[in-house]
Amino acid sequence: MRIECPQCGARDVREFTYLGAAVLADRPDADATTEAWQDYVHLRDNPAGPHDELWHHAMGCSAWLRVRRNTLTHEILTVTMAQEDRT
Amino acid sequence: MRVREGSRIDAERVVRFSLNGKAVVGRKGDTLASALLANDQRLMGRSFKYHRPRGVVTAGSEEPNALFEIGTGAGQVPNVRGTVQEIFDGMVARSQNCWPSLERDALAINDLMSRFLSAGFYYKTFMWPQAFWEKLYEPIIRRAAGLGALSGDEPVGDFDKAWAHCDLLIIGGGPAGLMAALTAGRTGQRVLIADEDVRLGGRLDAESFELGGMASTDWAREAAAELDSLPNVRVMTRTTVTGAYDGRTFGAYERVSEHLASPPAGAPVGTFWRIVADRTLLAGGAHERMIAFPDNDRPGIMQASAVRSYLHRYGVAPGRKVAVFTNNDDGWRTVDDLQAAGVEVSALIDTRPDVEPGRDVRTVTGAQVVATRGRLGLESLDISKPGGGRQFISADCLAVSGGWNPSVHLTCHMNGRPIWRDDIAAFVPKPGAVPGLEAIGAANGAFSTHEALRAGADAAGGGEIPAAEDAPVNVTPFWHVTGVKGRQWLDLQNDVTVKDIKLAHQENFRSVEHMKRYTTLGMATDQGKLSNMGGLAVMAELTGQPIPSVGTTTFRPPYTPIPVAALAGRAHRAHFAPDRYTPSHQLSEERGASYVEAGLWHRAAWFPQGNETTWKQSADREVGWVRGAVGVCDVTTLGKIDVQGPGARDLLDLLYTGKMSTLKEGRVRYGLMLREDGFVMDDGTCARLGPDHYVITTTTAAAGEVMAYMDFCAQVLKPDLPVRFISTTEQWAQFAVAGPQSRALLEGLLDQGLNDDVLPFMGYLPVQIGDVAGRLFRISFSGELAYELAVPTRYGDALIRVLEDRAKALGGGLYGMEALNILRIEKGFITHSEIHGRVTADDIGFGRMVSPAKDCIGKVMSQRPGLHGAERQQLVGLRAKDGALKAGAHIFGQGKRASAENDQGYITSACTSPTLGHLALAFVVNGRARHGEQVVAHDGLHGTDIACEIVDPVFMDPDGEKMRG
Repeated sequence: MRIECPQCGARDVREFTYLGAAVLADRPDADATTEAWQDYVHLRDNPAGPHDELWHHAMGCSAWLRVRRNTLTHEILTVTMAQEDRT
Repeated sequence: MRVREGSRIDAERVVRFSLNGKAVVGRKGDTLASALLANDQRLMGRSFKYHRPRGVVTAGSEEPNALFEIGTGAGQVPNVRGTVQEIFDGMVARSQNCWPSLERDALAINDLMSRFLSAGFYYKTFMWPQAFWEKLYEPIIRRAAGLGALSGDEPVGDFDKAWAHCDLLIIGGGPAGLMAALTAGRTGQRVLIADEDVRLGGRLDAESFELGGMASTDWAREAAAELDSLPNVRVMTRTTVTGAYDGRTFGAYERVSEHLASPPAGAPVGTFWRIVADRTLLAGGAHERMIAFPDNDRPGIMQASAVRSYLHRYGVAPGRKVAVFTNNDDGWRTVDDLQAAGVEVSALIDTRPDVEPGRDVRTVTGAQVVATRGRLGLESLDISKPGGGRQFISADCLAVSGGWNPSVHLTCHMNGRPIWRDDIAAFVPKPGAVPGLEAIGAANGAFSTHEALRAGADAAGGGEIPAAEDAPVNVTPFWHVTGVKGRQWLDLQNDVTVKDIKLAHQENFRSVEHMKRYTTLGMATDQGKLSNMGGLAVMAELTGQPIPSVGTTTFRPPYTPIPVAALAGRAHRAHFAPDRYTPSHQLSEERGASYVEAGLWHRAAWFPQGNETTWKQSADREVGWVRGAVGVCDVTTLGKIDVQGPGARDLLDLLYTGKMSTLKEGRVRYGLMLREDGFVMDDGTCARLGPDHYVITTTTAAAGEVMAYMDFCAQVLKPDLPVRFISTTEQWAQFAVAGPQSRALLEGLLDQGLNDDVLPFMGYLPVQIGDVAGRLFRISFSGELAYELAVPTRYGDALIRVLEDRAKALGGGLYGMEALNILRIEKGFITHSEIHGRVTADDIGFGRMVSPAKDCIGKVMSQRPGLHGAERQQLVGLRAKDGALKAGAHIFGQGKRASAENDQGYITSACTSPTLGHLALAFVVNGRARHGEQVVAHDGLHGTDIACEIVDPVFMDPDGEKMRG
């Protein structure tokens, strides 16, 4: 598998570390409900198809990336800098 | 028998090698198989199960039978296909799966018992008793049925791993691949063409066609020469593309020096390549399939295309009297080529009743081969005549042509299923099954040379192609002979017959995947390249379905076997992982240190002196130095992260449970980090060096994890914070100086006073050591008055030597990890033995460190019910009088049975302190309320029960008077 890092170009998957679904970027406020926190920490969708997820270019530029990947084919659909998505 | 010149043979160059200890002479360019055929040796191996005599069937990598062990001793390689192995001077080859000799094999008795050894025999027979399987049945079966053997010694020779990138990858260098490479190469694309054979050409070397007005083999040579001249084209021969993977990445194995008598210095045996290609053309050709008839496995019976390959490439006729058995026009070519070379053709047997080959040879159409004879090689055969009756044919070689199977394998590696085409009676690749890959030529079912060239040119941008033959495919499917007795072999390596498929069907193993596993059809080293289609056809007949409804089994990588050593490359032994050495490593070597691995780091564990013979003697002495005078220890391996910017304090407030924003400049604070689920991730110190400048430390083990998590927090959770940070673990050498004399040591070194006013406990001070700027932290992991002194790494070696000299002068010296461990347990300091991922801040007694004044990672979830309170296992100390405690032991109440329901907790760290005796840190249910209680530490592994008392985890100086100085 290869991921096109916006900073480094297309690189082999061995350079990257997977964290999990991109919903991890949406951290609840400290006073959010227990259910909201439970959702955030533990509950995930498991789609067969496009899936937004967070990858770390740990063996490259250290960027956190938001990657849309088809879980059926491993096709990488889009890659963006997580930082730019948030600001 | 060598009957003429071969396009690949250097007739002048004799090559001498040995087979089973006997000298054999071949010619340069021969494969092991062609050299043996040239010497009239048809018998090449014994089959896997019945030990039947077998000869070579193919002239390529799909060979099921002609397998050999090549080399001797540690360099011995098993299961090498004689059709692929090039001979070299001094090569040592041995037959496999036979004893005492290839010609007289004792286990050939299996063949006489074959009616009892049919498919599923092992499953049914060796069911009971179950315990016998591992100890008795399996070893016996393996001995009887195995193929080649490894030496068991450390392998000799290296393998490499490498990457290649290209615009266009072309797999296969036959007519389609060559034409595509020429077309694309001329336009300047970065082309990589890989072929598993020793040179480009494919079947152009193995036929008598004309191409572009010259012999096809000559055209191939010209094309190869042009490709060699193009700087943008890389030609990789002896390279098999073995797998298709995600991201347009392909695996390939290159045989670099397996064929060389004396490889160049430093050359690997082979290289495993990962090739990344924007586009890929699969031009891997097709495999000719066999026809099943009784006793169709005798040496001398082979693919008609292989007969032509041996004739044209090596000038070898596989027999002196050859018969041809075919269901398509390709068989006729074989007759022509043999006759042109002066080889006698005894019969042309065509299964089709309504064809007129028009060859000058005894021809029987609408006929079938119904019996063969010859103990160690074919002598004669019987054919059934169309009107009934049999005819005797004398032949020592039978060339069989059952049609062609496009090599669809790579297109199935990413879950694609091939598509059946009735007109050619074969499966072809499904378009788009591998992103970026297109199959062309014979691999796509386009079998004529003209079609192959056209497809190659078109796939690479279009262009002129040379004139070539364009014969149509005239094939009438014919899979196996019916209505006759005798075993008809489908899988020639695993000894699977038509009858075995019928048995599988009868016993309801009808899905192809079940049939494959029940009969082992296609599970041998050739992965069914020759046998799968025949098996599918028989199953289709039995179930009354068309072949495409039966489906195919799943082709998986690798296409051909790859040595496991090639996948490892050089990443084994010392090169399995990088080594990280501390700045004091050189000195540690000089002091005879033993080491402990901490992640990739090698940390000095103890420094033996005098008559010390055990680690404990050394560690106890080193502990004594720290408690009584001064010790010096390398703590560089702890993770160091330099954090700067106006947003630094906010980031640290988010990461740490404590409020780091209130930390004053020049001060250090102990900090705890949680995971978002509320459990402890790591601990360390945080020092504030300037208004917006912090240096934090992590544990050695978690340095990478913490750094990645900080990146996550800064980039994903708080992208607006103006903060930057970088790991400086490798940039700063850091040494602990600990013990009552530590202040004296450093005052002498730094030539300045270090009283509490200058540097209080948990303080930071920039210092000068000569001309070198350093950092001095007053922190303690031993409970003593202690400091950590950091300098740029290049000065580390010099500094540790000075520190050791000064420590010696004060009655101390170096201490290692074993002493450090005793010191920290005495003081109740935790490591990742305690914060192992399942404990909360409250469990380790640090519940109050989670600041109520702010949010932090993990705070909300750490407040969940069940994560604090009396039911939790809490950190305690244990003291024993009668024996050492061991980490991993479980805690039980006195007199309680050691069972899961009575379990009260477990020991995480233990030591025997030279001054305080047997100590341990443990997690015990409601432990903080149970100080003073007598319990038992039960170690089921070592079979010990040690009585001990629950105490406070801080065994020494609970008020911290020593380290506060």
